[in-house]
Amino acid sequence: MTSYQPVHESAEFESFDELYDVSESEGLDVKTLTPRQLAWHRYRRHKAAMISTVIFGLLTVMVVFAPVFARYGVNEPVFPISEGPNQFLEPQSVAWFGTDDIGRDIYSRLLYGIRTSIFIGVATGIIAVVIGATIGAIAGLRGGKLDDRMMRVTDVFLAFPFLVAVIVIREFLGGVEFLEPVIGDKTSIRFIIVLLAIFAWMGVARLVRGQVLSLKEREFIEAARAVGASERRIIVSHLIPNSIGPILVALTLVIIGAIVAESTLAFFGFGPQPGADSTSLGNLVLLSRSGATQGNWWLVVFPCGALVLLAICINFIGDGLRDAFDPKMDAGR
Amino acid sequence: MLRFIARRLLWFIPTVLFVTFLVYVCVRIGWDPVQSYVRANPRASDEKVQQYREVNGLYDGLGGYIRGYFEWLWAFVRGPDQWPRSIKGGGDVYTPLRYSLFNTLRLAGTAAILGIGIGLFFGVVAGKRPGTWVDGFVNTTAFFVGSIPPFVSAVILQLAFAVQLGWLPAAGIYPPGHQGFDPVLMGKYMILPVIVVAIQTIAGYTRYMRASLLDVSSADYLRTARAKGLSERQVLRRHTIRNSLIPIATVVAIDIGQIIGGLIITENIFNYPGMGVFFLDAAADGDFPRLMPFLVIITLSVLIFNLLADLSYAYLDPRIKLD
Amino acid sequence: MTDDARGVLSLRDFKVEFATPNGPVQAVRGVDLDLDRGEILGVVGESGSGKSVTFLGLLGLLPHTATITGSATVNGAEVVGAPTRQLRSIRGKEVAMIFQDPLSALNPVHRVGDQIVEMIREHQDVSKKSAAATAVDLLGTVGIPQPKERTNQYPHEFSGGMRQRVMIAMAIANDPQVLIADEPTTALDVTVQAQILEVIDNLRADMGMAVVMITHDLGVIARVADRVQVMYAGRAVEKTDVDSLFESPTHPYTEGLLRSIPLLGHQRLLPIPGSPPNMLRPPSGCAFRPRCPYALDECAAEMPELEPAGTAESACIRAGELTLGVLT
Repeated sequence: MTSYQPVHESAEFESFDELYDVSESEGLDVKTLTPRQLAWHRYRRHKAAMISTVIFGLLTVMVVFAPVFARYGVNEPVFPISEGPNQFLEPQSVAWFGTDDIGRDIYSRLLYGIRTSIFIGVATGIIAVVIGATIGAIAGLRGGKLDDRMMRVTDVFLAFPFLVAVIVIREFLGGVEFLEPVIGDKTSIRFIIVLLAIFAWMGVARLVRGQVLSLKEREFIEAARAVGASERRIIVSHLIPNSIGPILVALTLVIIGAIVAESTLAFFGFGPQPGADSTSLGNLVLLSRSGATQGNWWLVVFPCGALVLLAICINFIGDGLRDAFDPKMDAGR
Repeated sequence: MLRFIARRLLWFIPTVLFVTFLVYVCVRIGWDPVQSYVRANPRASDEKVQQYREVNGLYDGLGGYIRGYFEWLWAFVRGPDQWPRSIKGGGDVYTPLRYSLFNTLRLAGTAAILGIGIGLFFGVVAGKRPGTWVDGFVNTTAFFVGSIPPFVSAVILQLAFAVQLGWLPAAGIYPPGHQGFDPVLMGKYMILPVIVVAIQTIAGYTRYMRASLLDVSSADYLRTARAKGLSERQVLRRHTIRNSLIPIATVVAIDIGQIIGGLIITENIFNYPGMGVFFLDAAADGDFPRLMPFLVIITLSVLIFNLLADLSYAYLDPRIKLD
Repeated sequence: MTDDARGVLSLRDFKVEFATPNGPVQAVRGVDLDLDRGEILGVVGESGSGKSVTFLGLLGLLPHTATITGSATVNGAEVVGAPTRQLRSIRGKEVAMIFQDPLSALNPVHRVGDQIVEMIREHQDVSKKSAAATAVDLLGTVGIPQPKERTNQYPHEFSGGMRQRVMIAMAIANDPQVLIADEPTTALDVTVQAQILEVIDNLRADMGMAVVMITHDLGVIARVADRVQVMYAGRAVEKTDVDSLFESPTHPYTEGLLRSIPLLGHQRLLPIPGSPPNMLRPPSGCAFRPRCPYALDECAAEMPELEPAGTAESACIRAGELTLGVLT
């Protein structure tokens, strides 16, 4: 009769510690990094994203401290007209990027304009992400009718040609009188932030919903449920932290999307008019319309160049973030 | 499958009605059609204004809106002769709308075919050899080009090729005063706008296709295919690309909206008499009789394309559980 | 040694090295193997032992980062360094391979019948219609009910066990001499596992096919294998027939594997302490030394070769003096 007793007593392995002693079988010492550290390391490997972060950082510093870096006031002509013609001057020492139709320095106005536009972008981004992530998480978690309806609605909205939809909603919002005290008049900055956020949250919601759908089946969510965690707790403590990657990427996309949208709207005359003491990138880009046909190339190159630079930088940062949070990246390219 | 189609079709009509009603409300509130009329015709008598009100069904209040919507809808489906006239000189709405529709479709169609075709091609070129310099180059270029907002590339191309170099016309669809239909001449005017829109599309689809290909490349069934003895080319064609196209197909239908959106911007810059120009004019005037048919046609197109996207996805991917 | 004597499949000092960002990794460090017609060779090992990589490398299915050295012959023809065309003619015809997860191994958007037809028409000059009919027959051979209807279905419409039968049907379509089964039952329920193993065993008997059964599950080995090769850290550490493996193993690793099997009535689970070595910098000498209860200082000196130990071959220098095993 066979009985399954070990032939040798393995006295050496009586304690659990010895049982799981890994030191000798490894040839390397293994340092474990936290997910955040891992993400940071992966982000650093993305050279374009690092360069873009530096550029964008510098730009942000310059525009936040615009009064320091600008050479003239936002509405100040480079020199009074009494001293000579100051309109449409080509780039020269007195105006690095040239002047506009009333003699204002494009370089200085660009700094102030970018500041306003970045503000619009970030504000829209934050609002869109907060609303979108919440709705997306709830829809993804609960599923069912709510999820279905949300998907249908956003599907239709997102399929509309953007400019048409934005203009229609813009007029609509502007026409609803009781909203004016809250969101301001059609040409105010508040208004355009709200307008753009209305469109932006949907993309974020879909992204977060997708992420939640894939997370939902993971065991740690089941475990949280089994322990009795409320839906709110699951969303806040488990789903959102594990979706940080896609949320951050979505945030960058919304920011640059809002900046580009603001410029596009301004291009067609639907942009914000920030008032006497400021301007926006969109307003400057507006100049490139006439600049193109009249051959004033500096009115085209510098505002559009700034816009494109911003777009490329923020897009690269988004790309870097995507790589940073994507677990597949470690497998080697 | 048939149940799925039937259900979607059944939902389609109510959805169309609902969304177009929302559009109607937006237009009524956003543009105050009566005011616009008065602004466009300052010397119109009260009678005329009242007539305008009634012809267009511009009643107030929620009930009025609903009644107005259905009156408008009834006129709309009865045909262009029943459509109310524009506030600008009482002109016909249908003819200019049709004209601009065709112009835009011409641009959109050309740009879409070129853009998607070339984009998919480059996407495969890059996705086939990930990590090589070809892949990096294509991907980075697509990235850069895609980051440029469409109106920027339009303006720059206009500045470069039309104004500075004078190679191509800067605006319009025919030289002023031209009569009749001349495809070659029209083609010359179409080149710049098509390039602008196509560039965006190419950049987008290159990246979509490359990403999709990369996704599929790590799949186990490719290893199975190779274990059967298939050549790399066969594996690429029959398995990798075939499976990569599925997510793309669903994107295409919805993306058409983006292409048209980009076109609207481009048309404006090149003064091309398409739907973008039609809309912006009508919006600037607040011209209700022009705005409504336009927006409803757009809405219909969007909803139809959505439906097609859903159906095509179900057709292409047999795994979809059609509930 | 004549080619015939080397059997249907034969490896000599087979090595596979991967180039990784962290340096070269030797996944397979010199494997010798012989396979004869009609026999089932079990290849046992943990993840990372190199058991799958060996056979993927044999067929040339590894990525470009892999460098293969040594010798491997299929029906006498050398395949190491052979041109792709030659490898392609072997894949699916002389040597067929089935994989662990049939759901991901089959293309989800192609019908099952079409995928089998593709296999047939790659190596046989037949019409689509004729191939389709053969596909239906094959499905029947592996025990799929109503094959004519099911041939037009998609992979996701089959259960796990049925899917694996489809893969087997596809693999035998061209009457291969060798079937390499890479963990074919790991993803399946226990009851279904037995069915699949039976299908493979029957095919082997009917067709005279040789089978390489790669697994980490000793139960599978007990069920179907004739001979067994135990792999650890890229090398074979024991080669013997299946009965001897269970009754009198000749390598401490094999004993460790046997001891880790949970058995009814037995009190303690005795896992092998530690974990498999990092193949970037494997331990010197015997790779199992850090985890071996019988290790001596000599074991670290040099990598032991397989030496005869009774009816088996063992890579343990103490094989002669130790009495190993779990059966008394």
